[in-house]
Amino acid sequence: MVTSRVQIPGEVRRGDAVEVKISVRHPMETGFRVDDTGKRIPRNTIRQFSCRYNGTPVFSASLGSGIAANPYLRFFITAAESGELKFEWIDDAGERGDAVAPLRVVG
Amino acid sequence: MTRFEHSRRFSALRRRLLAAGGALLACRTLPAQAEATLPSIPELDAYLAGRTPQFGRLSLVLPPLADDGNAVAMRISMAGPFAEGADVSSVALFSEKNPVPKMAEFGFPVPPPKVEIESRVRLAGSQRVTAVAVLVDGTVHAATADVVVLLAACLDGS
Amino acid sequence: MRAACLLVALCAGSAVAQIRPIPASELRSGSSFGSPELRAMQGDDFANPGMLWVERGQKLWQTPAGAAARACASCHSDAAAAMKGVATRYPVFDVTTKRFVDLEGRINACRTTQERAPALAPESEDLLALSAFVAYQSRGAPLAVTAGADAKASLEQGREFYNARHGQMDLSCSDCHDRYWGRHLLAETISQGHPTAYPAYRLEWQTLGSLARRIRACLFGIRAQMLAPDDPKLKALEFYLAWRANGLPLEAPGVRR
Repeated sequence: MVTSRVQIPGEVRRGDAVEVKISVRHPMETGFRVDDTGKRIPRNTIRQFSCRYNGTPVFSASLGSGIAANPYLRFFITAAESGELKFEWIDDAGERGDAVAPLRVVG
Repeated sequence: MTRFEHSRRFSALRRRLLAAGGALLACRTLPAQAEATLPSIPELDAYLAGRTPQFGRLSLVLPPLADDGNAVAMRISMAGPFAEGADVSSVALFSEKNPVPKMAEFGFPVPPPKVEIESRVRLAGSQRVTAVAVLVDGTVHAATADVVVLLAACLDGS
Repeated sequence: MRAACLLVALCAGSAVAQIRPIPASELRSGSSFGSPELRAMQGDDFANPGMLWVERGQKLWQTPAGAAARACASCHSDAAAAMKGVATRYPVFDVTTKRFVDLEGRINACRTTQERAPALAPESEDLLALSAFVAYQSRGAPLAVTAGADAKASLEQGREFYNARHGQMDLSCSDCHDRYWGRHLLAETISQGHPTAYPAYRLEWQTLGSLARRIRACLFGIRAQMLAPDDPKLKALEFYLAWRANGLPLEAPGVRR
């Protein structure tokens, strides 16, 4: 169970700028840290992140060790049809994660 | 510089900055410098690919003093209006000190209603961070922000 | 301040003393010693990374576990109601084992006796998630720990540890947190050392951690003999820190550097 949290407004008007916030539980391990025995901890960061709005890609992010652990992203999209936002990501270990948030558009 | 000297110097700097108070706040709300010096980073040069960036429209905000290099709040924004065919296509972030200079690249397959991105970055020490925005028409904008990264007073080891 | 320390030392030998090193009116949360950026991160429920654990804890609360296949919710139902105020009373003194039990310890006691599930490891994702979730239900409520006469010996153990000098740096908790709070240690401002933000997301750790971990980090910092996470002395110290901070509102999950 990978925890992620999404925050978008409950209801928006067509054409509105919608603030999208997402945070994901992920160590974003840099690959430069060592454990207690002095052994390198392998790098494992979220590499690719995408946000699709009713299937259409609206935002993407290539991330890496330069982004803090438990990454937080805030960006804007334009409200069109009601539907859903789907967030997907993949890390260096190949683990995929996703989150879905419904978007209600009026007007 | 030893860890101790580094921290002492910035402890004094912090107090001077705090004393500056209002002046500091005024500096923080100014838009990016008219002509900032871009740090010399091969990955940044490769990204620019010979294009000369414009300054002033793209804004990069980080706190001037960061408590810890592990998580530093970052905001990129760009004021409109955006001419037809000149929306933001991508924004990339570069570090001059991190082991991996290219920190992130944000893409906009669809023009966003507002160019404003927030995240938290990792900074390996005090440095200048650079943001570069590429518009759909190929023009390039840049902004820099200087951050002093404070070190912890005690070793943790937990 | 020297007079106050002397008074505390005198009281140590008698019944549970009423006098605390920092008077109630001067108590200040760790947040007030940090930067505006840290306060902003803690104050924003979405930006606060600790909330990721609260979210996980909320799911675990509903998840059956162990041979008894019980979830926390099976006995306690709605956490917001059942757990409201609970974290303000921890650590509590367990008369059977004659030691203080913190919130994490209580959660594990429930897991092993009620759910018949294995105890969760210290600093494990699930234990921190449940601890953060339960503590969150008391956010804003004032810390209110108590100890009866039977806890006296343990309480004194905690107080003595706090006031004794430790490690290569020969420092006591009291030196920094009673005497020098508000002053600078390199670029940091020394706090009063209160536990109200824990479990807290510490930027240095890049993850959420318990009060026990934070105390162990301090011991490492002053090059002192390390206490194991389940050491009764450590739990007694946690109680003493809570008692010393009684009245301060809980902030968990806090954000600290």
